[in-house]
Amino acid sequence: MNRLIVEFEKLTKIYDSKLRVVAVDGLDLELHQGEIFGLLGPNGAGKTTTISIATTRTLPTSGAVRIKGIDVVKHPAHARRLIGVVPQFNTLDRSLTVFENLYFHCRYFGFSHAAAKSRSMELLQQFLLTERKDVYPAQLSGGLAQRVQIARAIAHRPTVLFLDEPSAGLDPQSRMAMWSAVEGLRKEGITVLLTTHYMEEADTLSDRLAIIDYGRILALGSPEKLKTTFGAKTIFDLKLRSHEGREALCATLQARPDVSSAEVTADGLRVMAASAEGLLPALVEAAAGCGLRDLTMTTPSLETVFIQLTGRDLRE
Amino acid sequence: MSNPETEIRDQGTGTRDAESLQDNRLGSAIFLRAFYGLLLRDLRVLTREFHTFLLRVGMQPLLFLFVFTFILPHMGGGNPMAVAGGVDFGTILLPGLMAVAIMFSGIAAVALPLASEFGITREIDDRVMCPLPLWAVALEKVCFSAMQSIIAALLVIPMAYYVPAAPVRVQVANWFLLALVLVLASLLAGSLGLVIGSTVNPRQIGLVFSIIVIPITFLGCVYYPWASLYKIHWLQIAVLFNPIVYMSEGLRAAVTPGVAHMPWWAILLALFFFTAALARLGLKGFLGRVLS
Repeated sequence: MNRLIVEFEKLTKIYDSKLRVVAVDGLDLELHQGEIFGLLGPNGAGKTTTISIATTRTLPTSGAVRIKGIDVVKHPAHARRLIGVVPQFNTLDRSLTVFENLYFHCRYFGFSHAAAKSRSMELLQQFLLTERKDVYPAQLSGGLAQRVQIARAIAHRPTVLFLDEPSAGLDPQSRMAMWSAVEGLRKEGITVLLTTHYMEEADTLSDRLAIIDYGRILALGSPEKLKTTFGAKTIFDLKLRSHEGREALCATLQARPDVSSAEVTADGLRVMAASAEGLLPALVEAAAGCGLRDLTMTTPSLETVFIQLTGRDLRE
Repeated sequence: MSNPETEIRDQGTGTRDAESLQDNRLGSAIFLRAFYGLLLRDLRVLTREFHTFLLRVGMQPLLFLFVFTFILPHMGGGNPMAVAGGVDFGTILLPGLMAVAIMFSGIAAVALPLASEFGITREIDDRVMCPLPLWAVALEKVCFSAMQSIIAALLVIPMAYYVPAAPVRVQVANWFLLALVLVLASLLAGSLGLVIGSTVNPRQIGLVFSIIVIPITFLGCVYYPWASLYKIHWLQIAVLFNPIVYMSEGLRAAVTPGVAHMPWWAILLALFFFTAALARLGLKGFLGRVLS
């Protein structure tokens, strides 16, 4: 197992104003070196609060967060040296150019003039921003600004990078670009904690992820593991031309050991299976007699896992 | 190095982490470099907009001097605002205008940027994430604003030399006192800016000018020495709660000692007191805005 980098221990945050809100509820979590970890949950699940506490911006009600053994509440200034943050909103310095945003960020972290300059140029190149180095943040599109923010967040070579809803408000193309930028961080060995309420994002990017709701972790593991553990199924939707023989076909399929369930739908059949392995050709062959005209296959998704765990839709 | 940011909210924590202990000496060096980095950033932004900075801080004192010490005397019939017998109004006005310059520049350098950085843009986030205790981030703002305030105040002196029709009697007897008053007054203005910037809702920053900044300036013994308020005794006492009074009077003592002014020890004491009180209040507001 890789080195332990971030440790959440019984982390709790209660907002005790007029309305008592338990934002984070006894969260225990360990992140290891080099992994990309996703916190997946609906809005208001406590993801941002968790990140705020870890990045020294919010004080926990109880519990602790340690980064490489440093308690972020007791030694916030020390901990910040190990932390990179990409917040939910564009917080680039509007008075500085893209280059200067990177350069001065490096200076804040103790880089010399020469080191800050070369690091900034290197980042501009890595994030394909060299042409825009003299542009001010106000002139950047959302996707570009997000790239500058990621570059800035890793400029001082932090041990752990926190990405809070990195694709919020990005168009699909920028989202893909952001994903590849995050994927690129794997090479650098940075540990990444990202929050998201897009299951595709959590699925694509994370090595491991936690599904979180009401400040508690409901499930934890690799996306594959979560999908199999929580019995998410591959769903085959068959559209059949002929109405005759559907019942018989349904019964035949149900009898197969690799089919979990099968049911007749308005325009055909729905078959659920634990695995798609070998089933697809068999389905096509069996359904041929009923005039199979279309087949849609949905692989198990985190959304189905989430619905199963919470009884709620992720986007509610 | 202990961390006051922690001490404020978590007094007497016993255990320290192994890594941070090892890094302590390195840590203080990093804090200093982070502070220096913040100063460099502010310097970069200021030098890029240096001409607008000069216009911003220079226009008001220039117009004031022009209207009251050039136009009015030239219109004849005497200057109705020259109240202190024998002394030219320009001489009374100079320290007052320096105080106003310090004050406005402190507010423009701290309160206005902070209000917007705390507001819509949240730009403050990156600087708050520096490897630096939060109080030091606020202190940097105040220090940098103090530097601008000093430039702004010194800028008034050549204007007062060239603009007025009658010569202004500048007489610096004690350079040390001048330096001390300038620095203290500038830190005071920066601290006031910190209080305003971190406690006032950004949308109401304009209102703050009307109900706080303008009144304390007009009633800050800027256009008249405090001593000549003796005829309106209640006002003479009431303005003692106004920090600008000590800025004007302090500069009067340092730059134009010929004009009646408060004793220097009382001025310094009051400047110290107001700076400390406002800095504390401002820091509290700042921490409150940054931490939740």
